[in-house]
Amino acid sequence: MTINLTLLIVMGAMLAIGIYLMLERSLTRVLLGIILISNGVNLLILQTAGRSGESPIVRDGLGAEDYLDPLPQALLLTAIVIAFAMVAILLALIYRSWVIARQDEVTDDEEDRRVATTIGAHDPEEDDEVGAETSEFIDSVDPATGAVRAVNPAERNRDADSDAAPGSGAHQAGES
Amino acid sequence: MQFNVVDFVPLAVLIPFFGAAFAFAFYRNQATQKAITIGALIITVVLEIVLLSEVWHGGTHAVQLAGWPAPFGISMVIDRFAALMLVVSSIITLAVLLYAVGQGAAEERNDSGPVSIFYPTYLILVAGVSNAFLAGDLFNLYVGFEIFLTASYVLLTLGGGEARIRAGVTYVVVSILSSMLFLITIGLMYAATGTVNLADLALKLTELDLGTQLMLHVMLLVAFGIKAAVFPLAFWLPDSYPTAPAPVTAVFAGLLTKVGIYAMIRTETLLFPGERINTVLMVVAALTMIVGILGALAQADIKRMLSFTLISHIGYLVFGLALSSVIGMAATIYYVAHHITIQTTLFLVTGLIERRAGTSNVDKLGGLARISPVLAILFFLPAMNLAGIPPFSGFVGKLGIIQGGIAENTWITWTLVFASVLTSLLTLLAVVRIWARGFWRKAEDVEKPERILIQKTLAHARAANKRLLPSAMVAPTALLVAMSLAFTVFAGPLMNFSRAAAQDMYERTPYLEAVLGEERVDGVREELVEFTTGYVVDLDTDDDGAAEFAPVRTSLQPEMESDEGGSTSVDVDEQNDPADGGDQ
Repeated sequence: MTINLTLLIVMGAMLAIGIYLMLERSLTRVLLGIILISNGVNLLILQTAGRSGESPIVRDGLGAEDYLDPLPQALLLTAIVIAFAMVAILLALIYRSWVIARQDEVTDDEEDRRVATTIGAHDPEEDDEVGAETSEFIDSVDPATGAVRAVNPAERNRDADSDAAPGSGAHQAGES
Repeated sequence: MQFNVVDFVPLAVLIPFFGAAFAFAFYRNQATQKAITIGALIITVVLEIVLLSEVWHGGTHAVQLAGWPAPFGISMVIDRFAALMLVVSSIITLAVLLYAVGQGAAEERNDSGPVSIFYPTYLILVAGVSNAFLAGDLFNLYVGFEIFLTASYVLLTLGGGEARIRAGVTYVVVSILSSMLFLITIGLMYAATGTVNLADLALKLTELDLGTQLMLHVMLLVAFGIKAAVFPLAFWLPDSYPTAPAPVTAVFAGLLTKVGIYAMIRTETLLFPGERINTVLMVVAALTMIVGILGALAQADIKRMLSFTLISHIGYLVFGLALSSVIGMAATIYYVAHHITIQTTLFLVTGLIERRAGTSNVDKLGGLARISPVLAILFFLPAMNLAGIPPFSGFVGKLGIIQGGIAENTWITWTLVFASVLTSLLTLLAVVRIWARGFWRKAEDVEKPERILIQKTLAHARAANKRLLPSAMVAPTALLVAMSLAFTVFAGPLMNFSRAAAQDMYERTPYLEAVLGEERVDGVREELVEFTTGYVVDLDTDDDGAAEFAPVRTSLQPEMESDEGGSTSVDVDEQNDPADGGDQ
């Protein structure tokens, strides 16, 4: 089977970078990682067609080996559409997570943390609360409700400890 | 052209899809939406019961979509296993839907947001699951998986609260990763063999060299292992399932992991038969059982505890799969059907407990048996069933799997038998703890009880039951409990049926003939038969206790019509089937 070296290298690089990004704790980077991986996989499927050839419309005088295998491209199209939908839904989730909790990190599961504390396995370096991100967008208009929020960063960090109070308020407002 | 009911197989996917479209179109009118959704599901259930009875007689059947012949077009294949899964899953989803409708009516609030998405998404989930069960090629299987996973992302994060978003993100990322792995495997398989059709792959994969086969095999198992929540890959499940609304969790717990198991069983028996990695599978199965159930014992929240027992009982299914004997596989098929029902029921009951008591934390529960005896019965029966107490169906299934393990008689299967019994006992411990604390002890003994549990008199408490446990929610739950009991009552015919399904799957020729046509299979029939009889432990049904398992119509025998005994016994089973259906 013939392999296109350029495509192979690009695919490898995309998968490698994608996996590296997925290991990050920031959700946006995880998303970027997923995009890279899905496109790397698409390239892989593209290459399964093998050597390039004529478009697969039957013509006289051409043998079966002269045509390009069209099936991988059909699979590829479906895979692209599906990956697109996945990325869209993940983006929506990340945005929602940002609106509610004002953070872009994968948070610890509360029950896991509870179990860890009961058996005394709390590691302050690993398990401490991730501080909410400071950003110039914080004080601006809340996109979900249209309400103007003015919270200074120090206060907000304290709130983040007590169950993200401003976030849950915004959440209720968003649902009503 | 002859009219054949089985040719309507694609409708099992299409009806829910069209239902979803119509339900979405009527998003302004909740009542119409509900009617459309329930109607679509009822039609699907009826269709699938008809399909099951057809397949019960006729065996495997394939439909070539748009008339393209097998390796080129998309085939949908329904065999006995797929038909059983379809019927069980649809009945489950219908019951859960009724429960959700009841819950919506009871809560009297419009939590649907600007567009009502619950009902259409739910139908899309059903369509995806059906598609995965019927898929005749790997890529269609992938598409089926993606359809129901996308629907599940939406259902899991319904309402978009903080806890659900947090759980949802983990779930989505893990699922996407496993899908990518699956897609990579499909790409590699296509590169190696030039086909994605399952039947075609079954013939062509054997021509590859052993190393390549093993790599593809393991990659596929890892991809499905994540979806099925097999031990080292199950970490995501207990974090994500419990946060969703009760009906959603119930249908996820019952169905989604089982689709992963279904895909594992299908590819294991069809594409990669043989016992090359059975020992590895058994080790994984044992770890899944033990680690899962130990996790369950550490939990105080009923939903989380049930999620861990879900993982743990996936171990039984992997064990049964790894046995590669007809008796083991038959028990596995029976156990899958049983486990779908029982796990869904328990999550629905937990939803009821949460409504009645205000919490699902066992430390805060108490006196429920006194307050609501109905709830106590609804919990007790499936809980004992889950633990595998005779005479419930959980016992029958586990017994079959353990019998298969003993029949194989190697050190690893004995270890597995021991682990199964231990897991069963620990499951009993876990559910009995809930029973003793939540239902049996007095409400006054609870340290910090929910206020709703403390009533002045029993009459007050019973009066509150009416408000908190509406019959629209209790009835579907009771229906599922009745269905799980029906698994015990009709264990005989069902086991016969599972046995026939297992035999079909190990022989492989029925499947291949249905998809590729007889001429293609005739050339390799000798090889297939020789291979199968070489490694499947008890393909001949002459062993102990199997005498009453009438021989099924097998293509291993030179002439198919010569086997009158088999078809008559199937007829006897068939008479039980309508009764079974009516019972539900």
